[in-house]
Order: sequence, then structure tokens, then C-alpha cells
Amino acid sequence: MNSAASLLLWLALVAPLPLGLLAWLKPPRRMRAVVLAASALPLATLWLLPRVGEGALQGSLALGGLSLHWRLDALAALLLLLTQLVLLASAAYAVGHRRAALSGDVSHARFWPLLGGLAFALGLIWVAADLLLLYAGLELMGLCAVGMMLLPGKAEAIRAGLRYLIYALVGSLAWLLGVALLLGAWGTLELAGLAAVAEPDATTRIGMALLAGGLLLKAAIFPLHGWLVPVHASAWTPVSAVHGALVVKASFFILITLWRLLLPEAITAAWVLGMLGASAVLWGGLKAWRADSLKQVVAWSTVGQLGYLMLLFPLLAGTAASVAAMAWQATWLQLAGHALAKAAMFMAAGNLMLSTGASRLVDLAGTSRRLPLSLMTFGIAAVTLMGLPPSAGFTAKWLLLQASLESGQWPWVAVLVLGTLLTAAYVFRVLRCSFVEQAPRHEFHPLPRGMDLIPLLLALAAVGLGLVAEWPLAMLRQGGVS
Amino acid sequence: MSGAFFPIATLSTSLVAAAIIFLLPEGALRARTVLNLAAAVLKIGLVAWMVRGLSQGQTYAVEFPVLEGLAFVLRADALGIMFAGLSSLLWLFTTIYAIGYLEDSPNRRRFFGFFSLCVASTLGISLAGNLFTFLIFYELLTLSTYPLVAHRGTPKALAAATLYLRFTLTAGLVLMIGMVALHTLAGDIRFGQREILAEFGPEQRGTLIAIFWVLIAGFGVKAGLVPLHGWLPRAMVAPAPVSALLHAVAVVKAGAFGIVRLVYDVYGAELSQALGLLTGLAVVASVTILYASLRALAQVELKRRLAFSTVSQVSYVILGIGLFGPLGTIAALSHLLHQGLMKITLFFCAGNYAEELGIHRIDELDGAGRRMPLTSLAFSVGALGMIGLPPLVGFLSKWYLGTGAVQAGMPWVIAVLVVSSLLNAAYFLPVLYRLWFCPGPDHGVGKWPEERHLGRFETSSWLLLPALATALFSVMAGLLAGLPFTPLEWATRVANLEYLP
Repeated sequence: MNSAASLLLWLALVAPLPLGLLAWLKPPRRMRAVVLAASALPLATLWLLPRVGEGALQGSLALGGLSLHWRLDALAALLLLLTQLVLLASAAYAVGHRRAALSGDVSHARFWPLLGGLAFALGLIWVAADLLLLYAGLELMGLCAVGMMLLPGKAEAIRAGLRYLIYALVGSLAWLLGVALLLGAWGTLELAGLAAVAEPDATTRIGMALLAGGLLLKAAIFPLHGWLVPVHASAWTPVSAVHGALVVKASFFILITLWRLLLPEAITAAWVLGMLGASAVLWGGLKAWRADSLKQVVAWSTVGQLGYLMLLFPLLAGTAASVAAMAWQATWLQLAGHALAKAAMFMAAGNLMLSTGASRLVDLAGTSRRLPLSLMTFGIAAVTLMGLPPSAGFTAKWLLLQASLESGQWPWVAVLVLGTLLTAAYVFRVLRCSFVEQAPRHEFHPLPRGMDLIPLLLALAAVGLGLVAEWPLAMLRQGGVS
Repeated sequence: MSGAFFPIATLSTSLVAAAIIFLLPEGALRARTVLNLAAAVLKIGLVAWMVRGLSQGQTYAVEFPVLEGLAFVLRADALGIMFAGLSSLLWLFTTIYAIGYLEDSPNRRRFFGFFSLCVASTLGISLAGNLFTFLIFYELLTLSTYPLVAHRGTPKALAAATLYLRFTLTAGLVLMIGMVALHTLAGDIRFGQREILAEFGPEQRGTLIAIFWVLIAGFGVKAGLVPLHGWLPRAMVAPAPVSALLHAVAVVKAGAFGIVRLVYDVYGAELSQALGLLTGLAVVASVTILYASLRALAQVELKRRLAFSTVSQVSYVILGIGLFGPLGTIAALSHLLHQGLMKITLFFCAGNYAEELGIHRIDELDGAGRRMPLTSLAFSVGALGMIGLPPLVGFLSKWYLGTGAVQAGMPWVIAVLVVSSLLNAAYFLPVLYRLWFCPGPDHGVGKWPEERHLGRFETSSWLLLPALATALFSVMAGLLAGLPFTPLEWATRVANLEYLP
């Protein structure tokens, strides 16, 4: 039974690689084909979900003398499901996007193997239970992401992509140094073993600081977010969607996992991370508010929204069990809601820009009449980002507020309030532009229907998730804040 | 089974209507009209069925957990169904009115879609069974009214909509913090579980008082309590049906209804009285009533005068809540409905003058009574009701407020009522005088700003009939006040539930 489940898991993890290669050789022409081919993967994860409820699925892979440990608990399974759904949506969207925007662009076929690699890498990160496997996942993810960003082949895309590559490499270097320190001090790379033997001494602290630095860089956490907005400016819409929704969050996931194993009691450091998050919320919100182009608004909004996740560190360190449980659930709910909403928002923004042929906010005048569906999708996705009910963002914010009030950590209440107001400010700035009636009309290009439908479904999922939050959260609680 | 069916079905009628309207193409006029009216009638039917069931002791409730220890609760109780009844009745009339009003104007799909969403949120607010559910629909209402205020897309409309958002979104956050604080303190309080907070000891009193005022600040923005009322007169740039809906039913009433729920169903009247909260409310309400009436006097535009009148009149509800005792409660609850009927009539009429004759300012109304007698009659009924002339419904509200003040031992409130009635008369009677007694274009003096002949009667029947119907309802509610299922009788029933164990 257990081995059958493990086999299925690994099949689902590896399957994106051959699928990506297949699509490279024979690029899909219809969205339906992609959906049919890849929808087996989330179904497999759905089948696995109730089975990891009672106890995590785990094992190790032997590669020569090396054994690599993996573990699928409720959180990993839920994140895997989320990843598969968002990637599936982006893949289907990419088919339409190529038809509508890039007809005749041969380089598009290279998107598929990179997407497959990215899916595999993300899966590895969710299930990895040792530092080596995590490293493999992290590197593969970074390289695939850079590759996808370079695809448009324009000068600015290449410049931004190479800058991203350099940042990613610096991050990896810091990570490797940290791993080397930990391995030298405690003699193991397996997470469970490391947690058992590691003491929070100077070596561990320095090692963790290096790891954290590398991961913060890759996660684009303030003030290391400089690379994020430029790469989105010229990236293709489905690439931006995947990147903003999933890639930056994988680094956060690794960071929180390691932090809780190695330095659960480091309150000051946790507060520093929380403060970084608070600054990210404010700075990202301000920059999004002042941005001129639609894509910049969405990209800066990612910088801001990632900040909310960082509030988990101070709320976990040295707080009551009930507070920690609330913050834990809130963070994953926020992450899931943001992933769905951000993918939807990038796609909706991409649709608006494709249809109007313009990217500045002022050029959106009249879209409320001419492109109501894309605009509506943008609005519904924004509901989650603003944390208005009944979205996942709202439920998560409720839990975060409750955790902050209960633990007496008042600063985060102010952060949540200001973050919400800033988000509302930049979202409604976009919507306001679209309501303007007296404006020169431009040509509106029709798009394939699926391109409207996919982001709408994602945005509705993000909103609906707030109401059915009890389903995933109960599973998380069963797994414990472990 | 049927207990869960009715709240969900009632909520779904407008939600489904909204979804279908968004899917229909802009040009599908007839389908949209039929759908709108059918949904409105169906909803009235469902609410009426629940009213009947409630009076026979049925319960209608549905709930499911959203978080650990926090549930989404829809429940029809006597108080909620009262508000639901008002909103579904006025939805029907406003829909009819809006169909006529927006004839041949652009973006009607967007308008009616968000209009339906707005009504769905109002219904959700009335059926919400705890503060969490209330907040969900309260914020949904904010979101769905934004496109309605911004509807015309002019710089003025967009600026007003932005101001509206600034006020309401900030208030929503304040409200959320208050609710989370209360939840942290006392857990998930269902409306009506007054015993939970009543059992707290004296050491928690300070916290309870602080949370109460935070929540009032959150509700006060939508309810238009001075000094949080600034968005309301500016929002007058919206089309007339939106003003009617915002002012009579949806937005301001949602705020007032929130305060009703907070005082009667969460804190309980007795605890609120013991904590000294009611007196505070009465003072805030009195200040609002007097200040807004004075501001109304100074307005030259008809809609802005009505807007300040709304600010003042909605605070009668708050004033009634502030008067401890069943009479004050009856006044508050019945005025919630009475003011809705009267104010929507006034806004319909203001819209009619603007559409038919191009009149926006009060000094342009001279002699309009001769040109549009039925509209002016309806307007007069609404205005005299606001002043409190018997036997119109406004008189009942003021009567119960006065007796309630005596019962609560706050005789100074009577002075507030007298002054406010004088002010009401001072800003409404000149309008009536111009309508009926000043010579105007139909007497050969001057000409209308922009006359159009919209229909066979004095204006289009789509515009005329809703105004007459709501005027008729407000007369009937006053004349037949003693009969079952009138606003006053139902308010008495709710008040008895509150004060009798």
C-alpha cells in the first residue's frame, strides 16, 4: 500500500519531464490537449492527500553511496497540488498565448521542456527531506526560471534575465557555504537528523544566516528584491504567472522549514525577518501604487505580498502554541491564495495588454466597456490580494490579525492595515483608469476564449478558497506545526 | 432540509441573477429586464415565505466552519428578516425604476450586474448569523457599490467613488480589527447569544468598551455618523437609482443595521446600558441629527439636500438604539424601515424631475407641481413624512422616540427631536412651497432647464410607478400601523424578544 503510494508520487513528480520533452518536439496546438495530458497529475495528488493525513509518506533514494531522503506530509501534498494546478493552468494558457501573441515564433517550443523541468524542481523542493535534494531542486528551479525569462530573446529580456541569473548564482553560493558549514559541524545533510543533533551555537547561526541570505535573495524578499520587477517587464505572460505564483515561494518554503529545524528559538532574528517582511509590504505596495505600467503594478505587488509570509517568523518564535498554529495556517493559506490570484492577475493583465496593444495604465481607458471579462478577472484576483472577503487572503488576514493580537505583537496589525490600504490603492488605480469613458478608442484584438476562462477560474478559486479554507487547514492541523 | 434551503435560495436569487447578467451580451435588453424582474419577484416570494414561517416558529439556518472555531452562518431571525424584507421590496421598485432611468445609456450590463451583487450583499447582511458572516457581506457591499458610484466615468464620478472607497475600506479594516479582537476575547458569538459577553467580569469592562467604540467607528462610516459622513453627499453624482438604493436601503442601512446587531444581539441592551454605551450613542446620534439638518438647510441642489437629510434621518435609528427600553428599540427598528420607504420615494422623485425637466437645483422647482402632479404628490408624502406629520410613518417614529426618551430617563432627547423636526420643516417646506405655490414655466414664467417628454403620463411610467408605489407603501405603513406584518408591528415583536426573557 505504502509502496504503491510512493510509486504514484514519484510518477507524478517525474512525469512533467517527459511531458515537457514531448511538447518540445510536438508543440500542442489546443488547450484541451494540454489539459487532458496533464490533469492526471493533480488527480494523483488528490488521491494521495487523504493517505498522508494519518502519517507522512517517506523514504530514501540510494544513489551510489549517497542516500537522499524525501518526505510527503500534508503540507507538502497540498503545495504539490497547488503547484500542479497553477502549472496546468499556465500551460493551457500558454497555448492560447502563443496563438494570440507569438504566432510564428519558433522559440516558443523551448518553453515546454523548461516548464517540465520547473514542475519537477518544484515537486522535488516540496518533498525533499535533506539539504542535498533541496539544493538540486533549488538549482534546477532557478535555471529553468532564468531560461524561461530569456525566451523572448529581446535585449531587455536578456539583460534582465542575466541579472536574475547572477543574483540566483550568488544566492546559490551563499546556500552552498551554509550547507558546507552545517555538514562540517554536524555531519549530516538529512533534515530530521540535523534537527536531532544540531545545537543553536555559533556555527549553526552562521550557517543558517548564509542559507537565509541566499534564500531571501531567491525569494525576492525586501531589500533583495531588485531583480524581480525587471525580469517580469519583458517576460511572457504564462512565465510571469508561474514565476510570481510559485517560484519565489519555493525559496520561502525552504527557509521556513530550515529555520524551524535549526533556530526555532531565535526570537531577535525572527523579528528581523518579520521587519523585513513589513518593509516589503510597505515598499512593494508604494512602488506598485506609483507604477506606470500594468505589468509593473502586478510585479511590485508580488514584492509586497511576499512580505506577509515573512510575518510567520516572529509569530512562531517563542509564542503560545495557539498563536503559532494560527500563524502557521494563515501563512499557507495566504501563500495558496496569493499563488492562485497572482497567476490569475498576471494572465488578466496580459490579456488586457494583448487586446489593447498598450501597457500603460492610462491606456486602459474604456476597457471596462470593451473587455469586461478580463477586467472582472483582474478585479476578482485583486479581492484576494486586498484580503477582502470571502477570499483566501481575507481568511488568512483574519488569522494573522488574531495571532498578532493574541500574542501582543501589535506592529503586525499596523502592517496588515497599511498593506491592505496600499493594495486597495494600487488595485483601484487600475480599475479607475478602466472606467474612464472619454478617451481615444484603440483597436481591441479578440483573444481565444480559453485565455479569458483560465484566469477567471484561478481568480474564483482564490476567492472560493477563503470559504472552504477549513478543508486544507484541517489537514494542516492534523499534520501539526511540525 | 427546508431550514437550510430558504436562506441559500434567497441569497442565490440575486447572486445567480448577477452572474447571468454578466454573461448576457450588452444588447440583450429584454432578457436582462425579464431576469431582473423575475429574480426580484422570486426573492420577495422567498422572503415572504420565511416571514410566514418565522411567525409560526420555523427556523431557517445554515452554517459551515471556515476556520477552527469560526463559522459562516446564515440564519433568518425576526430582526434579520425585517431588513431582508425591506431590501427585497425596494429592490423590485428600484429595478423597475433603473430600467426606465438607464434606457439607452451605455454599460447597462455592468450596472445591473453590480446592482444585483449589491442587493445580494444586502441580503447577506440581513441574514448573517454572526459578525464574521456580517463582515463578509458588508465588504462585498463596498466592492459592489464602487462600480455603481463610478458608473458615469466622469472625473467627478471617479473622484467621488475614490473618496467613497477610502472611507469604506478603512472602515472595513477598523471593523475587522474590532471583530478579531472580540473574537480573541470571547470566541465566535452568534447573534442573539447575549449571555456570552454579559458573563464577563468587571475587569474586562474597559476592553469591552474599547472594542465597542472601535466597532461603532467601523459601522459609523456607512451609517453616516458625523464626522464620518463625508463620502455620502459626494456620492450623489451616481445615477438616481443608485442614490436611491445607497441611501434608502443598501449602504447607510447596512451601517445602521450593524449597530443594531452589535447592541441588541452581541452586547445586549442591558450590558450596553450598564457599560454606559447607550448614552454615548444617543449623544453621537443627536449631534449628527442636528449638524446634518443644518447642513441640509444650506444646500441648493435637491439631491445634496436629500443626502444631508439622510445623514440626519439615519441617526434617528441610532438615537432609538441609544434609548434604553422597548419603546426606543421599537422606534429604532421601525424607523429603519420607515425611513427607507420615505427616502427612496424622495430620491425617485428627484430623479424624475432631473430626467423629465432637467431640474437639479431647488430654485428650478417652481411650479413643477402643475407639470408633474403625481411625482410632486409622492414627493410631498415623503417630505411630510420626514417632518413627522401624522398619520404618516415618520410621525410614528418620532412618537416612539419621544416616549422612548421619557422611558429611558433622557428628556433632553425630546428637545433634540423638537429642534430637528423644526429643521426638517425648514428644509422641506420651502421645496413643497415651490412645487405647489410658486408660478413656474407651466404658468408661463420662465422655462424648464431641459424638458423632455419621456412618456404618456407626466414622465415615463417606469419612473413614475415606483415612486407612487413606495409613497403608497409609506402611507399605508402609517395608516395600518396596528395590523400584523407592518413595520411597526414587527418591530414591536422584535423589541419584545429583546427585553422579555
